[in-house]
Amino acid sequence: MAEVEKIRIEEAPETLAMDPKKFILWGFIVTIIMLFASQTSAYLVRRAEGNWVEFQIPQIFWYSTVVLVISSVAMHWAYLAAKKDNFNTLKIAISITFVLGMAFLVMQFLGWKDLVAQNVYFVGNPSGSFFYVFTLLHGIHLITGLMVLCVTFISSMRLKVHAKNLRRIEICTTYWHFLDILWIYLFVFLLYFR
Amino acid sequence: MSVVEANLEHDVHAHDEHEHHEELNFWRKYIFSEDHKVIAKQYMITGIFWAIIGAAMSVVFRIQLGFPGADISWMKPFLGKWITETGALDPNFYLALVTMHGTIMVFFVLTAGLSGTFSNFLIPLQVGARDMASGFLNMLSFWFFFVSSVLMFVSIFLETGPAAGGWVVYPPLSALPQAHMGSEMGMTLWLLSMAIFIMSSLLGSLNYVTTIINLRTRGMTFTRLPLTIWAFMITAILGIISFPVLLSAALLLIFDRHFGTSFYLSEIYINGEALPNVGGSPILFQHLFWFLGHPEVYIVLLPALGITSEIIATNSRKPIFGYRAMIASLMAIAFLAFIVWAHHMFVTGMNPFLGSIFMFLTLIIAVPSAVKAFNYITTLWRGNIVFTPAMLFSIGLVSLFVSGGLTGIILGNSALDIQLHDTYFVVAHFHIVMGAASAFGFFAGIYHWYPKMFGRMMNSTLGQLHFWLTFAGVYLVFFPMHYIGIAGFPRRYYQFTSFDFGKSFTDLNMFVSIAAIFTFFAQFVFLWNFFYSMFKGKVAPMNPWKSTTLEWTTPVNVGHGNWVGEIPAVYRWPYDYSKPGSDVDFIPQNVPHSQTPESNFPHENEYIAQEKEIEAQNYNDQFQVH
Repeated sequence: MAEVEKIRIEEAPETLAMDPKKFILWGFIVTIIMLFASQTSAYLVRRAEGNWVEFQIPQIFWYSTVVLVISSVAMHWAYLAAKKDNFNTLKIAISITFVLGMAFLVMQFLGWKDLVAQNVYFVGNPSGSFFYVFTLLHGIHLITGLMVLCVTFISSMRLKVHAKNLRRIEICTTYWHFLDILWIYLFVFLLYFR
Repeated sequence: MSVVEANLEHDVHAHDEHEHHEELNFWRKYIFSEDHKVIAKQYMITGIFWAIIGAAMSVVFRIQLGFPGADISWMKPFLGKWITETGALDPNFYLALVTMHGTIMVFFVLTAGLSGTFSNFLIPLQVGARDMASGFLNMLSFWFFFVSSVLMFVSIFLETGPAAGGWVVYPPLSALPQAHMGSEMGMTLWLLSMAIFIMSSLLGSLNYVTTIINLRTRGMTFTRLPLTIWAFMITAILGIISFPVLLSAALLLIFDRHFGTSFYLSEIYINGEALPNVGGSPILFQHLFWFLGHPEVYIVLLPALGITSEIIATNSRKPIFGYRAMIASLMAIAFLAFIVWAHHMFVTGMNPFLGSIFMFLTLIIAVPSAVKAFNYITTLWRGNIVFTPAMLFSIGLVSLFVSGGLTGIILGNSALDIQLHDTYFVVAHFHIVMGAASAFGFFAGIYHWYPKMFGRMMNSTLGQLHFWLTFAGVYLVFFPMHYIGIAGFPRRYYQFTSFDFGKSFTDLNMFVSIAAIFTFFAQFVFLWNFFYSMFKGKVAPMNPWKSTTLEWTTPVNVGHGNWVGEIPAVYRWPYDYSKPGSDVDFIPQNVPHSQTPESNFPHENEYIAQEKEIEAQNYNDQFQVH
């Protein structure tokens, strides 16, 4: 019966108000930040040593960035819907977020194809290799984000997400926005330090 | 909407005043358990298993170093073809042994074994929580560790041997399978195992921090946390920040090894043939590796320091000296840990000016470390010291921390490092200050909390014997090693007999090896005591060491959920030992000031007014379903 949601009824104040599960999420986000901070600093260290091949970033990465930003907006829409107990809107908004997330992944993949067409390969000068590694690592994290979306969708189908139980949708929203911001950081970084 | 409301009503009624009662089956209770105490024991047993293997490996290569080319064909049943026809140890396997000894001891014993055991066991018990924030993630953390252990263990038995490029796995040696037989499948399994290990460590650390911050009991403010908890929390934060960086380094290494990228490889010729890799930098790996590697040293050491603080205060029957200074020095050490990594790389051709900055930062670590050492000694000063085995090991830790720390000041100098880099001086330094000191913390913790873990006492006489043998042994092994290092003997060499200068130190090497073998066998006293006491030891009282912290308010055999009934509230700091005016020599944390008017300081009388407030707070009880 552990799955049964615990409902906090307003009584005396908690020793600390932060929800442990949300706290774990923030800790997890810190680990992801460290992973990408180390990757991008490795990139800078390596780039400073010279022998660095520059290439044009394919157009499609601009479009995919826009798609991801829109998905974040949809995610937020879902959150607002959950707050107001609009279950139909909630389900639609989560589905839109999910589809846009998938579309983003497909576009990233197409972007790789464009890179290959430009003769930028995974194996070769580290400037290209790093590009593939960044997009790949972000893609893998985005897949975990999609899984979280699925779980949230299923629990909203079972009416477990509502105004009095926002923990799941809040975790999902925070994580999805984070993945969005992470991509924007990587994209700007890659554009700036070509 | 109405459906939801109905659902809610149903849930509330069904679980009102409902606690965990259902009996768990064997698998859920002992194997895939979500109880932090069981997980702690799982970590401890796995850690001890690895410690035996790691120590046995050191005995094998110490035999080679002390008695070069000695006939060890009697080891054939274990080592098989790694014994050459003349009965000597195969040089390739020697390299694999030192690599695996380092990996096993640093990661599997002193990171997972030490933190995994005591953070899991003590955090919920000492902060007053029913269990970890997420029992499931905690279980997952152990099983990831287990899988990574299995992979590493399997790699020892490979035809080509386990990884052999040193525990730091520098490329290109580790990146090119043709570099050494250990860089083939052994290295692949090493990387895979470490990647899983990192995930396990991260899951564990996230849980520790979350539990400490969010699940403290009523009245347990940050300044009332025992120093163990402070140390575990700061250790976990170090892990959360540094382990992802190692994952990064390992990922790029995996890409280089298996997909042919050139992150770390450039212009390499093998048998006159150029490899296709161009543009990589092996130094990049060292930067990434040591950004983890240095905090890792403190991930290993800080829990041991926390355990020591607790045990020394308890067994000196005195409050810890400088409680806040202890916390501040932990934080200072943790902060400095992230900005000193390049002192491992003084001789990589780095800019000498940069070297002096890193030297400066490195030497600053001596300040918070000295604060800790002085605080331990001043806590002991004029205390009514009780020499339990745990106390002996804690005092031993302080001794090792001081003598090993002093050589750190020598090694931190970028100029002296040119002579001492990669010699036995380094080996002696880090074995004393990080290896032996943390192992002493591990032993101290086991002796001290054994009664709470198994409900029985360990034999104290055997414990004291174990301490004296180990303490003498550790110094006999590592003190002479400094001289071997100053003489310029490089580490990781199979033998020195081919060089003239090597001959003058044969006796000393022999001495070190004999001491190492002696120390290894002394550990069996502990093992026997540990396993015998589990079944036949004296039944423990509830609070055998007359300690103040919350774990001693639990029953002798602690059940799932830790406390029967309510979780106790906390009213005072954890070090009220020998308080003036009090007729008992310790006042547990859950005794309110209103009950001890005879020993309250003036400012503590003001806390009496806050007691109602503390009691009015919510239980913060995870198992309670409202």
